[in-house]
This record gives sequence, structure tokens and C-alpha cells, in this order.
Amino acid sequence: MWEYTEKVKDHFLNPRNVGVIENPDGVGEVGSLACGDALTLYFKLDEKGKIEDAKFQTFGCASAIASSSALTEMIKGLTLDEVSKITNEDIASYLGELPKEKMHCSVMGRDALEKAISHYRGEKEKKVEGEIVCECFGVTDIDIRRAVTENNLSTIEDVTDYVKAGGGCGKCHEKIQDIIDSVQSKDKPVKKKVIKLTNIQKIKLIEETLEREIKPALKKDGGNIELIDVDGNRIIVKMRGTCASCSKSQITLKHYVESKLRELVAPELIVEEVQQ
Amino acid sequence: MKPIYVDNNATTRVAPEVLEEMLPYFSELYGNPSSMHSFGGNVARMIKESREKVAKLISAKPEEILFTACGTESDSTAIRAALISNPDRKHIITSRVEHPAIKNLFENLAKTGYRVTFVPVDSKGLLDLDYLYMHLDDDTAIVSIMWANNESGVIFPVEEIAQAVKAKGIVFHTDAVQAVGKVPVDMKKVQADMLSMSGHKIHAPKGIGALYIRKGTKFSPFLIGGHQESGRRGGTENVSSIIGLGKACEMALSDLDQMSTRIKKMRDKLENTLIKTVTNTMINGDREQRLPNTTSIGFEFVEGEAILLMMDEFGICASSGSACTSGSLEPSHVLRAMGVPFTAAHGSIRFSLSTYNTEDEIDFIIEKVPPIIKRLRELSPFWKNNKCE
Repeated sequence: MWEYTEKVKDHFLNPRNVGVIENPDGVGEVGSLACGDALTLYFKLDEKGKIEDAKFQTFGCASAIASSSALTEMIKGLTLDEVSKITNEDIASYLGELPKEKMHCSVMGRDALEKAISHYRGEKEKKVEGEIVCECFGVTDIDIRRAVTENNLSTIEDVTDYVKAGGGCGKCHEKIQDIIDSVQSKDKPVKKKVIKLTNIQKIKLIEETLEREIKPALKKDGGNIELIDVDGNRIIVKMRGTCASCSKSQITLKHYVESKLRELVAPELIVEEVQQ
Repeated sequence: MKPIYVDNNATTRVAPEVLEEMLPYFSELYGNPSSMHSFGGNVARMIKESREKVAKLISAKPEEILFTACGTESDSTAIRAALISNPDRKHIITSRVEHPAIKNLFENLAKTGYRVTFVPVDSKGLLDLDYLYMHLDDDTAIVSIMWANNESGVIFPVEEIAQAVKAKGIVFHTDAVQAVGKVPVDMKKVQADMLSMSGHKIHAPKGIGALYIRKGTKFSPFLIGGHQESGRRGGTENVSSIIGLGKACEMALSDLDQMSTRIKKMRDKLENTLIKTVTNTMINGDREQRLPNTTSIGFEFVEGEAILLMMDEFGICASSGSACTSGSLEPSHVLRAMGVPFTAAHGSIRFSLSTYNTEDEIDFIIEKVPPIIKRLRELSPFWKNNKCE
């Protein structure tokens, strides 16, 4: 059971400002059914440019509903310049506090607010900039970098709690860690720049290296090598010709093929021979 | 507020009769069953009786019952024993919908070099038997398939599976924590080598479980120490809990008829009324091959944690397969394995009944739940004009 503050429970059981505003000045929609929570935020301005009315609709857990309700209360009577300064931390502190695992609910509120403001200002919906890091929840490197910077996050778990990234299959954990490391070491001397290859680029480069460097060398001894598959950083190959029957083929594989590929493609590669 | 407890697949109340039998072993009857004096020996005699009661519930022999600390320990003991007994075999099979006690153990073993086959289920939660049989081979050390699923209540045909697995000379284990006490479990019919059960699911206390080990099965202890449990589990016996488990098994046997009659009737009334009065609602899992006390209902376009907390305001205790309740971000692995659509998976609620539930309680739930769903749907952006968009 979650430890919710009285204020969270109150805003969950008696949510303020539920509903839709007809002809709103700003609308922001975030989240989806698949993700397990979603929020639509509406606001209307008075003639002085202050938020006269705000309403919301939320699908989600108690803290998602409470965060949305709190947000509508917080922004009423403020100008857009004032509300654009509201952070997810502000929403959480308005409610007393949120369990760490539920911080993404406050982030969802902040995101909806930003979208509603851009909608009002007529800004084109910002194209998803950057690269999707977490495929399960569609979170980009920019979202993660921002959460890490603004909330001073230091672990993958923190990132998951705040923006959900890494909470699904877990394949992106390495990339998330890289982002955390790069934010934390921003003030330190810049690390050696490692060029991240996409999968296609990596496979192409592996093929090229095999053709150009490795095969000619093996052929000198009557051997050959065939690329079978690339699975993440594992490269599956088959030894051909004299290599196939050579007792030293494992040594060739590790000391020559693998080290050549590591040198020319990526340092984390592992070469394995296909299982018979 | 008196709780209306319909979360009996999570845990059950200790039956007053069970508690009563246990109490003397916390005070005057504190002897060590291993002692030579009759003060301890009397306790050993009571443990023997308790073992007989546990065995009787599942039609086993008393010497085939090993007392453990919980269902998880029973599972770990069984799997590890099978692996140690078959050191040359590196393939293990289980289903995709097991309890974490098996699921996480198998995932862990996968990291230590075992090849793991996870057998899928269909949209009704029924096991793909062909897939299972297809993957049995000479390298398979153990097959572990649960008897009944804790979330959906779906029952697997363990009798048939055990026969097929045994025919290939492979060890078969079943996690029957949810089945024992709810449906007949007869180890004369089901040829499983090992079976796990747990006390706190059948009105015994938490902290006691048992592992059935068929006579002749190769075994290797998990807890190494004294000669207790015929050398199969070191450590001084948890006497009072063992006495409690014995009493609980005795009661479960005599209450078994109630499960398929009175309790099933209440469960059916609960789910039939809810799916009729609340639109856009579905039952997760096959409705025939299912435990008589369990229903998992998916309320579309609402989120499970919110439903649970609103029910909690009325003292109704249930559970959910939604992401938010577990602290993870995805719905339970069971609902995902069944391919329950996201619209319903996030709003899935499990009600699990016991002999202590009453008709009045069911009526109370039937009265309180529909307005809760209505209220949450009114909050939801996916719900417009009383239907989904």
C-alpha cells in the first residue's frame, strides 16, 4: 500500500475542477491508455490574461488524479508567464509529497501544462526531438536529460520513477546510465567522444570490416569466415575452410577477429561461433 | 469499519480453531521434538499427527510431506533438488504465468547457464500443451507448472501434464499453493514428483509451508543442518505453525465441498452481476477451468489502483493486476501473457473469496463497485458520453 498524504487522498477522493472546457484557450493532452495514465488539461483566460478557469480529465492511479486536481488549483488566477515556471516538484510539494515511485504523475502534470501553453501560443506541437531511448514508454533522451538535470537524479531507478523510462523491458538501462553519467560529468572535462552507432550502421560496419580486413587475412591460410547474425553486441559467425577444422580456430576468433572488430567497430563487441 | 475481505488468494485469516490448537505450543508445550525426554517426545508425536493430516488432504503418505517455511521455500527446494539430482541436464521448463517464486527463480537460473523454456498461454489463460510437449528433450532436468493461477484462477491440467512429462523420464513439480484447499488435490491420480503448498492461503498462519516429495524421488536438502524432517531440512521445527497447518488441512478437507457449492455460488453472483451492471467489463481467464473462489474482472478505461483505493473507503479489500499497485509500470506478467488488452489490463481487479465471506458482503460489493467505476470513468479522458471514444 502506498503512503499517500492526507492531501493526496483528499484530491483523489474529491478531485477539483473535473471536466471539459468548451472553446478553451489552451488544451494539453499527455499519456496514453497503454502507458496506464493520461491527462487532458484545459484552461481559459480572462481579459487580463490570467487563467480564469482550468479543468482536467485523468485516467490513472490515485496520485495521477490528485496531481491533476492540484495542478488546476495551482494555476487558477495566474498569468501564463507565472504558470510556465511551475515545476513537477511544485506539484508534488503542493500535495505534501508523493511516493518516489509516483513522481512521474507530477511530471505528467507539468508536461500537460507545457503542452496547453504551447497550444495557446499557437506554437506548432514540438516534433519529438532527440532519440527515443525507452521504446516501452516512448521516452526520448531529451526527456530523460531534463528529468535528471531538474531533479538531480542519480540512478536508473530514479529516472524510471520520474519519467517511466526503463520501467518496461529494461533494454535501455545502459543508455539511461550514459545520460546520467553525461549530465553528472558535464562540468568535468569532456570524455572521449564515443560515436554511438545505430544497429544498421553497426551491422554495415561489421560486414565491411569482415570483407576488407578479416576475410583476406584468413584466406591467406586457406580459411574463411561467414557472418551469421548480430544480436546486440554479440556477433555470431561461422568458421569456414581450414579454419573450420583448425584446432586453433578459437584463438583466431578471439585474438584476431574479435580484437579487430573491437578496434574498428565498437569496443564492447563479443564474437561467438555459431552453435553446431 | 469491519473489513470486507475478498483478497483470499493473497492471504487468509487464521481460523479460530487453528489458533486454538496452536496456542499451547507457544506456552506450556515448548519441548523440542528432537529431545529424548517425553516432554519433547510428546511434541514430536503431535508433529507426526499433523503430518498425517497434511498428507490426507492431498492423498499422500505422511513420509512424503516435508514442512518448510513457506510456498517459496517449497518451490526453491524442489527446483534445486531436481537440478542437483540431474547435474548433466541444463534445460528447464515452466509457464509464462507462474508466481514470482518460480518465475524469478527460473530467470535467475537462466543467468547461470540454464536454458529456460517459458510455455505460453492463450487469451483465456490456458496453457499451450503442444508447445510444452514439443520442448521436452533429453536435456530437460525439470518441468514446473503451477496447478492454478493466483491472478486469473485458471487451472492447468496437471494430471495430464504430469503423465506426459513422467513418460519422458523428466522430473515434474507443481506449485499448488492456490489449488490446495480450493479444488481436490489427489497425489494418487496426479503423478507429480513434487508439489508445493502454503499454510497462509488455507487459514493456517504465515511462515509455514509444505513440500510433497513422492517416495523414490531423488532429493537434496536446501537447508543443511540437523537431522530434522528425516534429514531433508535442517532447523528446529516451527512447532506451533506445523500444528496449525495440520488443523487447517483437516478443516480444508471437510470444507472442500463448500468451495464448489456455496463459495462458487457467491463468486458467480459477484461476477455475473458486475459484468451485467457495469458496461465495458470483461472476465480475465477461462470461466470453466477455474478456481471456484476467484474472479479477475477487467474494468475498461479505469485504473486499478484508483478502484482499489475507492473500494478501500468502504473497507472492501481486493487486489489488482494493474501497474500502479505493484510499483512497476506495466500490468502484471500474467495479464500480459494472456494478451489482455491495455484498456482492461490496467483496470483489472481480482476478488478471491473464502469460507468466511457471506452473501451480505457480496451484496455490499455489488452495490458499491458500479458507482466507483462510473465515477472514475467520468474522470477519464477516454470515456465520453458513457462509452469509449
